Amino acid sequence: MTESIAAVPVERPAAAHWLLQLRRAFNANATSWVGLVVFLVIVALALLAPLIAPYDPLDQDIISRLEGPSAAHWFGTDSYGRDTLSRLLWGARLSLVIGSVSILSAMLIGGTIGIVSGYVGGKFDLVVMQAMDVLLSFPSLIMGLMVVAMLGPSMGNLIIAIALTAIAPFARIARAPTIAVKERDYIEACRALGYSDLRIMAVHILPNIMAEILVMGSLWLATAIRTEASLSFIGLGVRPPVATWGGMIREGFENILDSAWLSIFPSLAILLVVFSLNMLGDGLRDAIDPKLRGGE
Amino acid sequence: MIGYIVKRLLLAVPTLWAVLTIVFVLARVLPGDPAQTILGDQATQEALVAMRHRLGTDKPIAEQYADFLANAVRGRWGDSLVTGKPVLEEVGKVLPYSIDLTVSAIVLGALIGVPLGTWSALHRNAAFDYIARLGSLLGLSFPAFVSAIMLLLAFAIELRWFPVIGAGGSGPWERLRAITLPTVNLGIIMAAYVTRVTRSSMLEVLGEDYIRTARAKGVPSRVILWRHALRNALIPVVTVVGLYLGILIGNSVLTEIVFNRSGLGKLIVSALDQRDYTVLQGMMVVYAFAIVLVNLLTDLTYGFIDPRIKRQ
Repeated sequence: MTESIAAVPVERPAAAHWLLQLRRAFNANATSWVGLVVFLVIVALALLAPLIAPYDPLDQDIISRLEGPSAAHWFGTDSYGRDTLSRLLWGARLSLVIGSVSILSAMLIGGTIGIVSGYVGGKFDLVVMQAMDVLLSFPSLIMGLMVVAMLGPSMGNLIIAIALTAIAPFARIARAPTIAVKERDYIEACRALGYSDLRIMAVHILPNIMAEILVMGSLWLATAIRTEASLSFIGLGVRPPVATWGGMIREGFENILDSAWLSIFPSLAILLVVFSLNMLGDGLRDAIDPKLRGGE
Repeated sequence: MIGYIVKRLLLAVPTLWAVLTIVFVLARVLPGDPAQTILGDQATQEALVAMRHRLGTDKPIAEQYADFLANAVRGRWGDSLVTGKPVLEEVGKVLPYSIDLTVSAIVLGALIGVPLGTWSALHRNAAFDYIARLGSLLGLSFPAFVSAIMLLLAFAIELRWFPVIGAGGSGPWERLRAITLPTVNLGIIMAAYVTRVTRSSMLEVLGEDYIRTARAKGVPSRVILWRHALRNALIPVVTVVGLYLGILIGNSVLTEIVFNRSGLGKLIVSALDQRDYTVLQGMMVVYAFAIVLVNLLTDLTYGFIDPRIKRQ
């Protein structure tokens, strides 16, 4: 008997599957596609760095130090004679890893906090969201400065610092739709069927907010990469001689009067990654945002 | 209005407490021994004990927390480990430079951003709108130090219009020259932000029924724009500018480094270099106060622009 009741299809959520939602959003505007393609090319270059980098990023060549762009060194060499192009390619790996690991953790932690807080509601929700608001009021860079200054500059600490700044926004994004969805009939039906809260949240609420979380993820990845570069520029990045974009600009800045290219190339690299992610996320957000979608 | 202000001020107290608590957690509870960080790996046991005593980190954590809160509020932020001067004094010395820069950046950002965003919204999907949207997205993609370096390269090193280093001389002309590039740097990034917010807010307002009604009864479009649309559209802009102040504070740190201009950012960076733990902790308290103050100001401006909010 119970078998047959469970077999009755539960009312489906009004929104389409999140993958479908994302595909529609992509097709709605060209800038997202441009952003995605550019970003994927950068990711590919970063992944292939060990194969395509012309030199070892740490190899010093004192004879050819501070050389301008040439056939041997397309982007010139730094004050230790290291090849700028190779360092850029390897630096991309670091930026992308730190950025994506911190944002994925923030998505996971923030998303969970948001869904649980919205689902449980009441005083619990109030306190949690108040805490998130305080966290949200910390500027990313200042929070990063504080955390890294106190914990010391290392890859793990950078990830912690950047993830901390991004948890609150994801909690907010996850919470609002959860509150809207949990009152719907099909969630009521799930409860009547005796589904556990965990199952309801994971199987029936999560897919509804997935698209929005992923879109915000791309925008926050842009911010994360920018924050990491900024911290490295201040001198709080992964320690030298490891190649980081921010660190390369920091070193190049010391020679800015005679070797401007040293800071220009990594600057352009950061700009390109952040701009491509912003194009990707911004176009998608416009297409997914329910407020803007209403007119369709 | 006074009742509203008092209420907001009272609400700022728990926020300040929460923000200071986060600072304390960051500074003390997270793993790591500040004394060890300051003295390095080679430090002797006696030196470590002495340093812990000097910092107060040898006391029980609850006592440290109470001390921290009390001292933070009273402005007793300890003495710099490097110069020996009170942190409050060090901060006070550079604060005017940071305030100058922040205020002029906000003014510039609003002066560029609000008209651009409004124009963009009024000509939705026209070529100008498209350029403004892409341009502002590009502006938002610039890490502040990257744009600063590019400005420095172009206008100070190549064209030599501006000094390469520092706040320069003391005359008003010299000060203006020194603040121009940093202001442009922060102002343009902020303008990108304001343009986007103004545009979307304006679009929302222009779609409202009361705008249609005003049009239907023949109100000139100039009056609709100034009296009805813009005023309502600016409400969310103010909130967002308030939120943006936090980003601006972060960006000004980077800008000050590139232009070698004194200010809070330079202070925090030199404290980092010299492992001046007390100054660092004092700076965190400064930022905590700044964050709370910014939130408060945003709330107050909000109430000022939108009378409905005061009555709630």
